[in-house]
Amino acid sequence: MFTWPNTDHDPHMTEAVLKQEVAAARGIKVTFGAVKALDGADLIIHAGECVGLVGHNGAGKSTIVNVINGGLSPHEGEVSYGGGSGQHGISVARANGVRCVFQELSLCPNLTVNENVRVTHSELKGWNWRARALELVRRQLEEIFPGHGIDCDSTVDDLSIAERQMVEIAISFSGAGERPKLVILDEPTSSLDAGLAAQLMAYIRRFVSEGGAVLLISHILGEILSTSDRIVVMKDGRVVADRAAKEFSTRSLVEAMGNVVRELEWQRSVTTRSGAAVLTMPPRKGHGLPFEAHRGEMIGLAGLGGHGQTDALLHLYLSGNSNWLPARRREIAFVAGDRSLNGTFPLWSILKNLSIASLGQLSSRSLVDQSREDLLGEGWKKRIEIRTPDMENRILSLSGGNQQKVLFARALATTAKIVLMDDPMRGVDVGTKQEVYEILRAEAKSGRTFIWYSTEMDEIRLCDRVYVFREGAIVAELTGDEITEKNVLAASFHGGEAA
Amino acid sequence: MNFFSLPSKPWIWSFAATVIVWIVTVLFTGGASAFGLSQAALTFASFYVIVGIGQMFVITLGPGNIDLSVPATMTLSGTLALKLMDVQDSMIVVGLLVSVLLGIAIGIGNYALIKLLRIPPIIATLSMSFIVQSTAIWANRGLRIKPPEVLANFTTSTLFGIPNVAIVALILSAVAWLLLEKSIYGRWISAIGQSMFAARMTGIPVDGTRLVTYILCAALASICGYLLASFSGGAALNMGGEYLLLSIAVVVIGGTAVAGGNSNIPGIWGASLFMFLVVSMLNTYGFGAGFRLILTGLIIIAVILVAGGRQAGR
Amino acid sequence: MKLSSGTIRLIIPALSLAVLLAAVFYMQPRAMSYTGLNLLFNLAVPIALATVAQMLIMAVNDLDLSMGTFVSFCACVTATFLQASPAIGILIFLGAIAAYAAMGVIIHLRELPSIVVTLGMSFIWGGLAVLMLPSPGGEAPGWARWVMTSRPPFVPMAIVASVVIAVVTHFLIMRSSFGVLIRGVGGNFRSVERAGWSVIRIRAGAYALAGLFAVLSGIALVGLTTSADANIALRYTLLSIAGVILGGGEFVGGKVSPIGAVIGALTLTLAGSFLSFMRISPDWQIGAQGAILIVVLALRLFLNRLEKREKNR
Repeated sequence: MFTWPNTDHDPHMTEAVLKQEVAAARGIKVTFGAVKALDGADLIIHAGECVGLVGHNGAGKSTIVNVINGGLSPHEGEVSYGGGSGQHGISVARANGVRCVFQELSLCPNLTVNENVRVTHSELKGWNWRARALELVRRQLEEIFPGHGIDCDSTVDDLSIAERQMVEIAISFSGAGERPKLVILDEPTSSLDAGLAAQLMAYIRRFVSEGGAVLLISHILGEILSTSDRIVVMKDGRVVADRAAKEFSTRSLVEAMGNVVRELEWQRSVTTRSGAAVLTMPPRKGHGLPFEAHRGEMIGLAGLGGHGQTDALLHLYLSGNSNWLPARRREIAFVAGDRSLNGTFPLWSILKNLSIASLGQLSSRSLVDQSREDLLGEGWKKRIEIRTPDMENRILSLSGGNQQKVLFARALATTAKIVLMDDPMRGVDVGTKQEVYEILRAEAKSGRTFIWYSTEMDEIRLCDRVYVFREGAIVAELTGDEITEKNVLAASFHGGEAA
Repeated sequence: MNFFSLPSKPWIWSFAATVIVWIVTVLFTGGASAFGLSQAALTFASFYVIVGIGQMFVITLGPGNIDLSVPATMTLSGTLALKLMDVQDSMIVVGLLVSVLLGIAIGIGNYALIKLLRIPPIIATLSMSFIVQSTAIWANRGLRIKPPEVLANFTTSTLFGIPNVAIVALILSAVAWLLLEKSIYGRWISAIGQSMFAARMTGIPVDGTRLVTYILCAALASICGYLLASFSGGAALNMGGEYLLLSIAVVVIGGTAVAGGNSNIPGIWGASLFMFLVVSMLNTYGFGAGFRLILTGLIIIAVILVAGGRQAGR
Repeated sequence: MKLSSGTIRLIIPALSLAVLLAAVFYMQPRAMSYTGLNLLFNLAVPIALATVAQMLIMAVNDLDLSMGTFVSFCACVTATFLQASPAIGILIFLGAIAAYAAMGVIIHLRELPSIVVTLGMSFIWGGLAVLMLPSPGGEAPGWARWVMTSRPPFVPMAIVASVVIAVVTHFLIMRSSFGVLIRGVGGNFRSVERAGWSVIRIRAGAYALAGLFAVLSGIALVGLTTSADANIALRYTLLSIAGVILGGGEFVGGKVSPIGAVIGALTLTLAGSFLSFMRISPDWQIGAQGAILIVVLALRLFLNRLEKREKNR
């Protein structure tokens, strides 16, 4: 018999155990480099129940979904479907009736709706599959979103984002041969309006009552509370709560998701906001609050992940940077969060990666002065403690945290007065973080301005002032002692209760 | 750059292959041809090198960056320069200047098409090459004009046994090496080749850098056309023909990563010498053009299979 | 009625063909006859087949720079082996198609740039062609000659064949399951992979099909010219790419249109005739083709922007 970690037994649980297991992941550990994405997480889904899965960004939700749908092999632990055990993989999961609607839209945009049905359902073989696919998706759409008005003969490209999401949901729930047993919905309502979302939630209840299972991930806590039978809360790669939905309220759910208050409290610099702003931006998307930054400030951009913080940073950066002419003086520097996408240059040494942004000051007559470059490298190696025997080693020989330090050093080594940071501590170990925080503080004191997007509450609380983003716009500004987890969460959730 | 990693340097292989092919060819003739063969190899390889360097800079910019207008540019430059100089020795410098200016104009045109029409560089440079080639056909009408005598002599004679064109190519290579390895510009193109977005986010003026690179490539092709037309006693309409594939081949065989970001000048020399020597080896042994082409193709594919996989990670 | 983006994409090529045709008729009214049309579109069939082949490669987000040399190679095989001993000829063609499939697999497995691999292959095909026919020669098989020069009633062969090619490839690529998968790989190969398909097999299939169409192009070409040489179809590389683009295809994203590609090939063939009617000196013909390509690409960019603006509204 399996026991739930961190949870008390309750009557609801024993009832659920009697039902048949559809998919189960037990003791899953997944690490990406030095980062533990999942640290012994358990998630079991039974037939006839809707499980809500909540947690902060980076809590491990997407990772465990990928493990269950077969896309990712866990380093430890086991995954089983329908109570059996054995193989694992995409095709095994599909054969066991597991379907998944991904956060990023995953239809083929160049194909029509019914052609996408054909791609997803390999059973739709033979003559006249087009008509059958059309019938299938049309019926399913009608069932979930009555009166949808989507033309199933049109190309996905021609549909609006909401229509695409509806189609994808419908395709996942439809069954050409047999109906799916478990449908995983990752933020299914992110582009649906309230009416459509309500239709979807109502359908989920119907689907569950007919014996299907749903794993629902959403940032909209209202949906989770009203639709799920059971809610699983994840944090730092573990399951921290797993109870019947009726035992939660919005408040208790937010509390369960939140971090335990750590000792670390930061001496907020008493910034005197003197003089004009060094950087300003009018309200994003035409509504919300404007943005401004002053000298020596440390400004946090908070809110749920993907609500426009990175876009705002990119906008700030690119508008102050020519794409055609070399800059005479660097005003703004940028520290990337997604190292492999927009940070490191993988073919290069650590030193070259560090110095690329400040070549201007290391060169005479456009030729890079080797000795000055070496000097800069040695200086920063000491200051920020890059753990490598030789700065000539390849950047990829470093651990993730040390690579991130190099990116920090790259930005700080420039003469830029403003540094933008795009959630740079993602997946960095605690020790490194503390070291970097110290340096940031010192730099801010000497007059540098930092604009810091972070998904981690601990980091947001280090800031002097915080802008909270929701749906692409700034919805709240918090200063000094107002910056608490509760206030930030309250501002970031649509249905969240006010503080 | 430390010397302990020498054996892993990709250009070593092209030089090793060159030496082997040289020995095999010389053996066939009993050693009699050693000097002549080396001189011919140096001369012809020089033309490959000059075009190859330009193409290499473009390829360094990353996947999809290739300049297909190289042969047309060479032809037009050779044609126009000879026409302008009109066998007068006093016009040699003017001719060179015009041909470089022409290259710059074509480079700007190429990048304008890439940027304005948002089309892949291959298609942009291809469309451009149609127009350039047409201009060359139009300009080449009528008589075949001879190069000025001093220039013709310069391109065909040697200094201490080394062909003059090889010396020119060496100087250009040295400049290119300095640009690539030591200058800010070299860092920038390598960064763009590895990740255009990351390059932009470190403050590199990406568009400006790419424009300069396309200009550089076209200008080098122009210079090569100028020299080649003078060397062969006149411009021919098909003189650039074989350089389309060759310019890419020497870059790939020379060990420059086709995925961009990583390039080297010595490899181009090795590959250029190698390509010429393979042809002369096959000729010496009595094989025809067919075998030569097949072997070239096999070499390109073998090289990219070996080299491409190593750094496939994107 | 709301038009789908696919239909809109077909309108431009069809319109440009119509305009060009009207211009030709205006300048040369005698072209408006059976013989006139036959002359105008004579070379369209092999170009259309090569364009369809290129389109298949572009449907999976690759580009084939060896199309011209490969069609030349196929033409040489047709004029020599296929004519003299059909069995060996067919075997050679099967081998060539297998080579294409292998190319598709290798490019995917090793994540190689298709441009460079096909560039290398173009040397090999060119070399093989030179080995077979060092100088122009050979002879067309009687049946190929017969098919290409037959005179069906009312409509010239070139147009009949073009329509047949358009219809067949439309069903193959736009309507069949296999076509859907090929385009799906071009559009979002992860999604196809997630649904449990083998992307490698689909790509191999697309490449093999492209090889088949290129082989047909070579045969058709020899049927028209009666003899072959190693350089006979070198310009097909560029023509085929231009044809796909003219026909509304995209370089990436699996957005292709077989009917558009055939129309694009017809337009390019006609543009040649048009330029000579215009009395543009032969010197500028290639340049004019380049200019046409640029104009069409600019037009398309403009229309794409218009479409996007419409959508955002």
